[in-house]
Amino acid sequence: MSLTLEQVQRIAHLARIEISETEARTTQSHLNGIFQLIEQMQAVDTKGIEPMAHAQDIAQRLRADAVTEVDRRAAYQAVAPETEAGLYLVPKVIE
Amino acid sequence: MINASLKQLSQALAAKQISSVELTQLFLERIARQNPTLNAFVTVDPEKSLKMARAADARLAAASGVKPAGPLTGIPIAQKDIFCAEGWRTTCGSKMLANFISPYDATVIRKLEAEAGLVSLGKTNMDEFAMGSSNETSFFGPVRNPWDNERVPGGSSGGSAAAVAARLAPAATGTDTGGSIRQPAALCNLTGLKPTYGVVSRYGMIAFASSLDQGGPMAASAEDCALLLNTMAGFDERDSTSLDRPVEDYARDLEKPLNGLRIGLPKEFFGEGCDAGVMAAVRAALAEYEKLGATTVEVSLPNSYLSVPAYYVIAPAEASSNLSRFDGVRYGFRAEDYGNLDDMYMKSRAQGFGAEVKRRILIGTYVLSHGYYDAYYLQAQRIRRLIADDFVEAFKQCDVIMGPTSPSTAFKLGEKAADPVQMYLSDIYTIAVNLAGLPGMSVPCGFAGGLPVGLQVIGNYFGEAQLLNVAHRYQLATDWHLRRPDGVE
Repeated sequence: MSLTLEQVQRIAHLARIEISETEARTTQSHLNGIFQLIEQMQAVDTKGIEPMAHAQDIAQRLRADAVTEVDRRAAYQAVAPETEAGLYLVPKVIE
Repeated sequence: MINASLKQLSQALAAKQISSVELTQLFLERIARQNPTLNAFVTVDPEKSLKMARAADARLAAASGVKPAGPLTGIPIAQKDIFCAEGWRTTCGSKMLANFISPYDATVIRKLEAEAGLVSLGKTNMDEFAMGSSNETSFFGPVRNPWDNERVPGGSSGGSAAAVAARLAPAATGTDTGGSIRQPAALCNLTGLKPTYGVVSRYGMIAFASSLDQGGPMAASAEDCALLLNTMAGFDERDSTSLDRPVEDYARDLEKPLNGLRIGLPKEFFGEGCDAGVMAAVRAALAEYEKLGATTVEVSLPNSYLSVPAYYVIAPAEASSNLSRFDGVRYGFRAEDYGNLDDMYMKSRAQGFGAEVKRRILIGTYVLSHGYYDAYYLQAQRIRRLIADDFVEAFKQCDVIMGPTSPSTAFKLGEKAADPVQMYLSDIYTIAVNLAGLPGMSVPCGFAGGLPVGLQVIGNYFGEAQLLNVAHRYQLATDWHLRRPDGVE
């Protein structure tokens, strides 16, 4: 398998990372090297093997639907690039 | 004092031979002198550290027979900059978080500082978002190995490793997703432990690959690691993958004799691909273990050759999801100039992330995308199961598994930086342990060409106390772990 330049650009778009054509070309060659390594997996017959999503076979813990955290809105907003009146500012989305 | 064990420091503090403030100053001075060369710390804040030291001294002064201070109260420690620490700049080695002052503490930080009374000396350099094996992907520049300044300290916990090796700190925290505690420990002559997945809370530990990430101690000896793990481990409601298990004393079995210990030697770890000098040191360590009463048995991990390929699907897949939170909205870097919202995301992420992080996000995005999920992500998870099952089989014949931690000693700065695949292969012996979720250690076991070699010791699930025992008995019989680089008196 080998990624085309267009595929690299498409993945970069999906990942929301701007990429120039020069960067895309370097990235293409690096990614193809890495995928060559990854391709070793394809020769392995894994029919009937249960995928292992997690290191421990345990069910996700549940908790009571109760408020456990205190309000630290101001502290958490203080680290944002831009806020106003307690809201995060981003470019206009809806005209 | 700079070479003292944590137990010795604890005794000196309890006996009032030295105060925590004096001890903290001693290490802060060493950092000020040597960090310009080593670049092991990205942030130090002497005011903050000394304030913690004064609080520790107050705790020590108030301690009595009825209410003793904790065994580690007043001891300085370096914190990997992946752990959020309230009021401290927490960068994760990235431009994305270069100005991020954490508004909260990671559970590990809270346990070490507030509960146990340790004193944080600063935040240590690391590969960006813990993605790297040499510390060269850090936005803050590479760390130099105290054993040879032209060489890498390993990664991703390279700053923590260099700091402890140069005795800029008595101990440090690290995290390990594919070998990031064990490999730098091996390359810098430290003892490092990656616990069983779920033993140490991941709350406030910036996520890379959530099904693999695990925090642990890096120090001079197994005994030091045991004391640190006693503080770091434990159930945490705030981490949904934290395991609710009875509290353990990880130092309880340190002194147990090793008579009858069965050591499994995976034939796959003793074949080609490992430097001769590393192999010779590992073999000598195994001979020492036989003298201590252990026996060795050949085992097999037939699917271990697939661990690097499977890891480079699973870890990037999880990373691409975890790192989607860095969008320039709620925290972290935002590009200066942008058009619409999408453009803001694209430019902020393009400028905020380094090349290796972008590569892994792209791999992850691809393997999770429509039409490729089954062939890559599911296939990798199936192989992960095969790898974990290999260990289950192997542990039927042995108590611990041993082999090299890393196939080579510390390599030169820049040597592998241009070739991601070569870099990835330096974690060939450590990655399988993360995929299986097992505990693993690296223990100093000698030198090759003047550079440290690490012995990897892998335990069964929740076998930390046994691993520490196995490492400690070896350290009672050998002095490799006490060797220091030139200039560290």
